[in-house]
Amino acid sequence: MDSANQTQPIVHRLTLKQKIYRSRASYAMIAPYFLFFFFFTVLPVLASIVLSFTYFDMLSFPSWVGFNNYARLFLDDEIFLIALKNTLLFAVITGPASYLMCLLFAWIINEFHGKMRAFLTLIFYAPSICGNAYYVWSLILSSDRYGYLNSILLRWGFVNNAVLWFQTEKLVMPCLIVVQLWLSLGTGFLSFIAGLQTIDRSMYEAAAMDGIKNRWQELWYVTLPAMKPQLMFGAVMQITQSFAVGDISIQLAGNPSINYAGTTIVTHLIDYGTFRFEMGYASAIATILFLLMVGTNKLVQALLRRVGE
Amino acid sequence: MAKEKTRVKKRWFHREKQLNRSAAGNGLLFFFMAFCGVFMALPLVILINNALKPLDEIFQYPQTIFVKNPTFENFKDLFVVMSDSWVPFSRYIFNTLIITGFGTVGHVVVASLAAYPLAKHKFPGKNILFSIVVLSMMFSYNVTQIPNYMIISYLGINNTYLALILPSWQFGMGLYLMKQFMEQIPDSLMESAKLDGASEFTIFWKIFMPNVKPAWLTLAVLQFQQMWGNTGSMFLRSEKLKPMQFALQQIAGGGAARAGVACAVAFVIALVPITFFLICQSQIIETMTSSGMKE
Repeated sequence: MDSANQTQPIVHRLTLKQKIYRSRASYAMIAPYFLFFFFFTVLPVLASIVLSFTYFDMLSFPSWVGFNNYARLFLDDEIFLIALKNTLLFAVITGPASYLMCLLFAWIINEFHGKMRAFLTLIFYAPSICGNAYYVWSLILSSDRYGYLNSILLRWGFVNNAVLWFQTEKLVMPCLIVVQLWLSLGTGFLSFIAGLQTIDRSMYEAAAMDGIKNRWQELWYVTLPAMKPQLMFGAVMQITQSFAVGDISIQLAGNPSINYAGTTIVTHLIDYGTFRFEMGYASAIATILFLLMVGTNKLVQALLRRVGE
Repeated sequence: MAKEKTRVKKRWFHREKQLNRSAAGNGLLFFFMAFCGVFMALPLVILINNALKPLDEIFQYPQTIFVKNPTFENFKDLFVVMSDSWVPFSRYIFNTLIITGFGTVGHVVVASLAAYPLAKHKFPGKNILFSIVVLSMMFSYNVTQIPNYMIISYLGINNTYLALILPSWQFGMGLYLMKQFMEQIPDSLMESAKLDGASEFTIFWKIFMPNVKPAWLTLAVLQFQQMWGNTGSMFLRSEKLKPMQFALQQIAGGGAARAGVACAVAFVIALVPITFFLICQSQIIETMTSSGMKE
């Protein structure tokens, strides 16, 4: 940081053109990535945002409808309001819970060494590794008595009839939340594991001399501040994941689920985009979801800046 | 010299382990982990056991977790169906290897290369470019598929491997992950190399990449898994180009009669990413113990 400040005055006197010329090596290095990024992300996202102001059935040319799609979403679409409520529920429960789980498990696993450490990482990460692991949950939460959970509950006399997990309105969301939590030790978790590994060991010794007494103080004053970049990254990943719950709901509860109990913004979006061919409307849903995520992210990043203070 | 250095590090490492750790706390954490570990692992144990169950054991009451009469019948069935496929099954495997290999290596290289200047250099437009990448991760890919399809057709790479490989190189996650880790490398490392006359690319490749090895190995695991699970969806129409995932899911979707086979499929699909993950993890742990990391 100091050296950067020293060179600051010189850099300041350069014109923009000179600055760009000076950084030509940097531009050359980011060029390949941003070339692909422009074609495969920026253009499609911009196109979708523009489409959200149109009526587009994928057959005829999109026709401009202004804010109609958005007005319809909030005023005329009761199912969207259910979807919004469910998505926020996921975000509020699985978001923070999964983030803390990632952090907690990564931190504890970091206390182990060698083979035990690799084994534990595998156990906790394994659910995310098995692409279609939700399949196993459809066995556990099967609505007949062959389902694992029903089998246990019936045998021990907790219930008299097999529980219809995904056909009972009240049970759909709790079941989905459990499955989502089980699946949530993914990207954020692995980045924490790697982040903990790159912390300079001598910092712990210095901290012990400075009077850090137990592992909890060490976590708050040494470990967490040292891995702030990973904490930020993990937050973005967990926010995105918890707002974008959709696939597991469709796979386990069906689309539409019973009385729309498991409907989320993403399932609603898939419904309109894939089955009803209303791309304009689906794009409007996606834009709302995007704004929700961006807002939450801003809030969380502001909170994370205060870690260790 | 180098050998002596590792020895000293190791001793420090062990002494350091005792710091601020109580036996009661250790015990508590151990039991907590054991309990949670069972919850995390149980569905996988069920999956593996189900893959080994004969059909009558899959539909039984009371249901048991562990298999009583293990059989490889499900796997045999799977191989029979596989050998019957219209396109030789080895072709699907080959497609998956091409897509996963190029997708993973390309992404790690392209994203790391872009992450280095974003993390360590100052240049006009840097903050805006980075914010756009992070923001883009929050836009649902479900609606960008149609515009994406049009762009891929326009570029003329529709129905080729490139339609899956090129978009995978620019996922936001990799750039973000690499940038966060590179930010933690002290500037002094970069500056001393610059004084020695190293080019930017040399600094990136010879100094930064070895120092963030845990990061790019982690990224490789994440990307590998994502590419491995790719079914090819709308971009690959000809059967000859489709990845193995696609074919296996067709087999697994055979209803109750194939319930056991479906478990075998899930097991086979998971096996390769798990192996890749274990190799990468052992590499990461090796990096940690053999090098001092960070000055």
